[in-house]
Amino acid sequence: MSLRNLGLVYRKELRELLRDRRTLISMIVVPVIVMPLLMTGLASTAAKLGGKVRKEIPKVMVLGGEDSPTTMTALRALNSFEWVPSSADFTNLISDKKINAAVRLPGGFDAAVQAGAAATVTIYDYEGEFKSSLAAQSLEQFFRSRRDLVVAQRLAGHQLPEKLLTPFEIQKTNVASPQKVSGNIIGMILPYIVIIMCLTGAIYPATDMTAGEKERGTMETLLCSPVARTHLVLGKGLVVLTMSLATACLSLMANGVALMLLKKTLSESAKGNPLPLTIDPSSLLAVLVMMLPLAIFFSGALLAVGLYSRSMKEANSYLQPLMIIVVVPAVVAALPGVELNYALALVPVLNVSLAGREIMSGLIHWNYIAVVFASMCLYAALAVAVAVALFKRESVLFRT
Amino acid sequence: MIETRQLTKIFRDKKRGEIRAVDNVSFTCQPGRIFGLLGGNGAGKTTCLRLLATILRPTSGDATVGGYEVVAQPEKVRANIGFLSTGTALYGRLTARELVEYFGRLHGLTEDVLRPRLDALFTALDMNEFRDGRCDKLSTGMKQKVSIARTLIHDPPVMIFDEPTHGLDVLAARAVVAFIRECRARGKTVIFSTHVMSEMEKLCDTIAIIHHGRIMAEGSLAQLRDQFACQGLEDIFVRVVEEAP
Repeated sequence: MSLRNLGLVYRKELRELLRDRRTLISMIVVPVIVMPLLMTGLASTAAKLGGKVRKEIPKVMVLGGEDSPTTMTALRALNSFEWVPSSADFTNLISDKKINAAVRLPGGFDAAVQAGAAATVTIYDYEGEFKSSLAAQSLEQFFRSRRDLVVAQRLAGHQLPEKLLTPFEIQKTNVASPQKVSGNIIGMILPYIVIIMCLTGAIYPATDMTAGEKERGTMETLLCSPVARTHLVLGKGLVVLTMSLATACLSLMANGVALMLLKKTLSESAKGNPLPLTIDPSSLLAVLVMMLPLAIFFSGALLAVGLYSRSMKEANSYLQPLMIIVVVPAVVAALPGVELNYALALVPVLNVSLAGREIMSGLIHWNYIAVVFASMCLYAALAVAVAVALFKRESVLFRT
Repeated sequence: MIETRQLTKIFRDKKRGEIRAVDNVSFTCQPGRIFGLLGGNGAGKTTCLRLLATILRPTSGDATVGGYEVVAQPEKVRANIGFLSTGTALYGRLTARELVEYFGRLHGLTEDVLRPRLDALFTALDMNEFRDGRCDKLSTGMKQKVSIARTLIHDPPVMIFDEPTHGLDVLAARAVVAFIRECRARGKTVIFSTHVMSEMEKLCDTIAIIHHGRIMAEGSLAQLRDQFACQGLEDIFVRVVEEAP
């Protein structure tokens, strides 16, 4: 193995790539600017819109209640609703978002409550519609308070203490450290971001240095140099790996800054309850170490696809389904209930994503982590071996 | 020196089946002489030269280039050749100087050898004006000069040219022809392929007519004239092709 030749190929390929505007877009503009802007922009817009909607007064209709003046008076006294005259067409009005919710009081509701008889209040809403859900929530809260008040009055009427209905309190206390709580939340998304960025950063260099070379006619020029083909392809592979890791690291830094900004915005919208979003540097480093064989795997696999392709266009058509193959396991790992086990530790991409989540949450099963790392190293070696083998096949290099 | 012995290259195609692109080709090119491969499109010229440059591996037979076997010592062969073809494009994002330096270093030249050789080449080829210009911004003639500098930077004893004037204007083509003559004058072994008869007549000491991957006739222009009783190379070529089995 000639390190000099590897270094020569590496430096030349890197220099060429960094002079290409498309590399800078895929390595810097997308991960460092577009993604964090999207993340913070979406989150802060969602927070602002949520706040704005909460401030809007929902339109609510009362159905019935003519014979229940006490409840009606209490309801009408609420300033948080805009009362709309009742209509038989209320279901369509809610579905068409003309009004946000409706509440039906059964006949003789006040009397039934007074007599201690059973009565049911029905609230109508548009499930999943934000404004309608908020209105229904407020109505439910109002009636719960009314019910508690009636219960308290009844207990008082029987000279019974209010505590009778609450023989004991339930208190929930978080025992996990803020770092663990934060790691659990961040662990859901961080490995996903790193995996996607590793792939994004590798795609363009890998195809440009293989299918792109074929297309531009420089492959033959390179092949007539005395450097062994293994060195040529490994030099190219190292550049792809560098770009992949650089994109992931740049993305992490940019997302870190975005996270801090987001934390401020979300904490403000959470009314002063600070969100525990802090990252343990050692966990982050461990996640990056886990990503290394994955980035090598991506580099080898993408180089192989690029080498097989006759043109950049053909390479891109192969890479689109590959993106889905990578994104799906990365997303599956973020689903609740999917835990790392020996079988999943062997599934590429999904295993690293799950291991990353474990590491970030501080709950580390070394046996699984070892299997993940070893299997990924094996897959990475296989991918690189395939790329090297393809680079030596003239039927691939001169495929017409 | 180049020596081929029953050199054969077979491609397998799903639609067309077995294609014998180079079929039992044997010839010898001596140092200080230009050997020309004359053939039509698809005759096997490029494949033959790619085999000599070790870009392709022969199916059978063998060849020695600059004293090294193409099958057993491909890297040594490549270290001793300068290969220039229509397919050997330039890296557009590198400057002319960076590109030639890169190939010099790939050929193992040390900095103290590379620098003076690069300066001398750039001066000889009148390239100093655009030495720091990016290759994708250069004219076709300038690009051809950069390609020539790339093939010469390691001063190889064997030069392989595959249709080097293809697509060039008259002035650029003349410069390339002059450069090939200079290689001969310096005692290099030169093999040259083209389908341009006039270039073949002007340049080559030995001409081999290749058709369907086979050498159909070989000799100096005078010998071929005698053998086929024709004056012009074009007439000789047509006769050889028409008489081919």
